[in-house]
Amino acid sequence: MTTELEKAGIPVVQITSALPIAKMVGSNRVVLGTGIVHVTGDAKLPPEDEKELRRKLVQKALDALQSSAKS
Amino acid sequence: MAFCLRPSASGVKMKVIHYLNQFFGGIGAEEQAGVGLEFRDGAVGPAKLMEQLLGDGAQVVMTIVCGDNYAVEHQEEVTAAVLLKIKDTGADLFAAGPCFDAGRYGMVAGALCAAVQDQLKIPAITAMSGENPGVDLYREGLYIVDSGTNAGKTRDVLVKMAAIGRKLVGKDPIGLPAGEGYLPRGLLRDQLVEKRASTRMVDMLLSKMRGEKFESEMSPISFAPVPMPAAVKDISKAKVMVITDGGLVPKGNPDKIQGTAATNFGAYSVAGRDDLKGEDYEVSHGGYDTRFVQEDPDRLVPLDALREMEKSGVIGKLHDEFLSTCGRSNPLSNTRRLGREMAAKVKQEGVDCVILTST
Repeated sequence: MTTELEKAGIPVVQITSALPIAKMVGSNRVVLGTGIVHVTGDAKLPPEDEKELRRKLVQKALDALQSSAKS
Repeated sequence: MAFCLRPSASGVKMKVIHYLNQFFGGIGAEEQAGVGLEFRDGAVGPAKLMEQLLGDGAQVVMTIVCGDNYAVEHQEEVTAAVLLKIKDTGADLFAAGPCFDAGRYGMVAGALCAAVQDQLKIPAITAMSGENPGVDLYREGLYIVDSGTNAGKTRDVLVKMAAIGRKLVGKDPIGLPAGEGYLPRGLLRDQLVEKRASTRMVDMLLSKMRGEKFESEMSPISFAPVPMPAAVKDISKAKVMVITDGGLVPKGNPDKIQGTAATNFGAYSVAGRDDLKGEDYEVSHGGYDTRFVQEDPDRLVPLDALREMEKSGVIGKLHDEFLSTCGRSNPLSNTRRLGREMAAKVKQEGVDCVILTST
């Protein structure tokens, strides 16, 4: 899906914990998520910390969308 | 007898229709890539050789020629016109190319072969180099002879195309890619063999350890690299959309997104919401423990964080809908189709960039 969106020229950032799959299909912008079962969260954290983690993750994704080199 | 042509003895010939681009059609090189579709009686250029190689009883009744630019820019019209023209010709085989590494030629040849084969039920054969973008798009549905990139080998390539073409017409079994010279289609086929899997595996392992040659039975699918789309210039003015393959759907799963090998995706409104609540959603995904997302869907679709960023001006706008499907055990051809459909929607709704969360 990512690559089809990218083929259409749409900047996409993929947040995933299954990094090998994202790499295999050739996604260009990938941010490592916090786990398969809660990609943008962490059930082990208290709610406010979890939200902070999510803010950071989303910010990282936005940074990736604004960068043009592979990091 | 390995294959059977239409009985030439009775005078009935195998009718072939061949598609060529402007160059092979003899119109001219790149400067002629804009020329439109032409239907010519009989065989032109490589189609003549194709006719010869198919041998007794075969006749190229029509050669279709079109400029590469025109064909790509008007693909739907060209396909429709070709289908209409050859619908009632009683053709037995449709051939296109060889296209070598000419990308536009390959895309059009693939599209035409696929349409003729699927819609008119006329078998089709084409040839491209492995790197041609047409291969990635059409390999699963077509026999694409591996042409390599050297147009000097046209004759060799046509020999293979003719051989497979004849088999397709005669409905004869077609062997493995390496033997017949076509590009692997990514399909699995049952086959009886002498040694059981465990023995074959140990044999391979031993060969590998000894540094000997061995051939894996599982060839990894290769993915052609896609150039990275340009960076978002100013995220504070951009419209951001969230897409997920983690299967988050509103309660009741209105679009019936399947939890395995989903064939569709849904678009769900988040207008006016600052936070996603578990009670409003369910998760249709059979591939991971969905309790945590069920408890708080922001763990899959990070709406709360994005809404804050929208309000504080970090991003321009959060799109009113998120798209969701289930990525579990989904064949590549299907996820690619879903991706293309999503891309169309993203463009149509003026979204600038996408955050895609994958489980």
